[in-house]
Amino acid sequence: MKKELMKGSHALVHASIEAGCTFFAGYPITPQNEIPELMSKLMPKSNGTFIQAESEVSSINMIFGAASTGARSMTSSSSPGVSLMQEGISYIAAAELPCVIVNMVRAGPGLGNLRASQADLFQSVKGGGHGDYRLIVLAPSTNQEIYDLTMAAFDYADHHKNPVLILGDGIISQMIEPVELKKYKPILPLPSKDDWALTGCKDRQRHLVKTTRLDPPDLLVKHNLHLKKKYKKISDELTLFKEFETEDAEIIIVAYGITARVAQETVHLARKEGMKVGSIQLITLWPFPNKILKKYRGRDFLVVEMSNGQLIEDVKLALGCKGRILHFGYGGGWYPDTDQILTKLRNMKK
Amino acid sequence: MTSQKTLKDVKMHYCPGCGHRMINKLIAHVIDEMGLREKTIMSSPVGCSVLVYDYLDLDVIECAHGRVPSVLSAIKRCLPDRFVLGYQGDGDLAAIGTNETIHTANRGENITIIFINNAVYGMTGGQMAPTSLPGQVSTTTPKGRGANFEGNPIKMCELLATLDGPTYIERLAMNSAGSLKNIKEALKKAFQCQQDGKGYSFIEILSPCPTGWKNDIKESLNFVDKMQEFLPVGVFKDERKNR
Repeated sequence: MKKELMKGSHALVHASIEAGCTFFAGYPITPQNEIPELMSKLMPKSNGTFIQAESEVSSINMIFGAASTGARSMTSSSSPGVSLMQEGISYIAAAELPCVIVNMVRAGPGLGNLRASQADLFQSVKGGGHGDYRLIVLAPSTNQEIYDLTMAAFDYADHHKNPVLILGDGIISQMIEPVELKKYKPILPLPSKDDWALTGCKDRQRHLVKTTRLDPPDLLVKHNLHLKKKYKKISDELTLFKEFETEDAEIIIVAYGITARVAQETVHLARKEGMKVGSIQLITLWPFPNKILKKYRGRDFLVVEMSNGQLIEDVKLALGCKGRILHFGYGGGWYPDTDQILTKLRNMKK
Repeated sequence: MTSQKTLKDVKMHYCPGCGHRMINKLIAHVIDEMGLREKTIMSSPVGCSVLVYDYLDLDVIECAHGRVPSVLSAIKRCLPDRFVLGYQGDGDLAAIGTNETIHTANRGENITIIFINNAVYGMTGGQMAPTSLPGQVSTTTPKGRGANFEGNPIKMCELLATLDGPTYIERLAMNSAGSLKNIKEALKKAFQCQQDGKGYSFIEILSPCPTGWKNDIKESLNFVDKMQEFLPVGVFKDERKNR
């Protein structure tokens, strides 16, 4: 099939529209401006809506509105903008509306800088907004994965009635790679939205989209239990990861996103030096692929991430803190290279 | 025309003398008279009127504080042939949601916003609102508004009327039985404006809140009169013939 050279941001836009996304709202912030820019060109051509919102607070609430009508909808931003969206994300999760949110992460905290980073992991998987809720979090590492996972994200969102976060970074967003522009085909059964979408109460009981549950006092307790069950079901059904040369590996590198590609290359180089190294690329960051990590419990692990230590917490939890689990990473917009990781591996072997 | 009534036959939780009660009813009557019930999507705001969906039998979305205009902008864009109605209080519309209010009006979104201005945060116990009057004592302005750099009431109709986007902007006061008729007529105009595809309509109603103002019903009507010294009633913009 035909492949085209394009930026990761553009692959994401093409996949969204191919998957039937008809509403996009966003606000300019580097390094994801290519997403709203291309959306503004393509959305009108497919009879969809593009709105440049006045803030990320507004764009996420536009997604709340669009999703409530049953439309496939998306917003994108980068770290400081996604922080502003946390209020709306909590409401969307509480109302169980399907939608797709994109974070092309840049370095923080604060305004930080424009370099790529993976320091928004806690915000993404532990709930940056208020209340007990979960996002399905997908981390692509190539432009093809961006394309494929973006189409899948809409299906996961609709199937589970839950917001899905695509967690990229400044490199993924800007990098140009060949992408096969596949036709959209649902990968999951998609439930009808007719029993909850707001369309006006013609020939049916009215629908309510709301998040307050005041009376009786245990009403919200029950709703939270319902959400807990849903999250358990998602955890049981959805974990995505890839393994590279793990079978005989004495050391396994764990990484996600762009860092996972550096890890794979490092595995290749380490094997040439005679080191038995493998890697696991995590694709779903929530649900976290616990089982695959547990399978290799007892081996040595090296967690590589572009932050001062966030992913390592979930890896330690998955492994029950058993065995040697080391960390390699920095915050502030640091990019790991194979030489640095190889040096770390050699030191681990000593 | 729909046979089913929009107003539900239930007891309302609003305090005695509260303006929300009558305005909820007027909205229901106008929706029924105009046959809009089955195509309406309404928002409920944060504040005393969050439970408006308990009284109006409509498709309703409950929005985060201040975000009604953004939510409704998207709904209207997705479903342009539906009737999309916003309902907001003063803290919601003119404090935490000022940004969304201004930009939605400026885009000229074809929606209708009903702004219930009672110059106080009622649900949280009577704090200063962005529209509280100079000298107004509240639980957070113990010496009266203005004694501690609180500024003066924000005049939303006047502010929005400076923009090119809106089509119809009117402020009314609820202070007598007769005023209800005027409010009903204004609602009809605003609803029809949206139905005709003419763009953004905004109705502000100065509305009594005896509990928040810590006075009785009669005094509260006098307070609505006083509000008009700072927030005069009238039509601030009417571009319906030009659009």
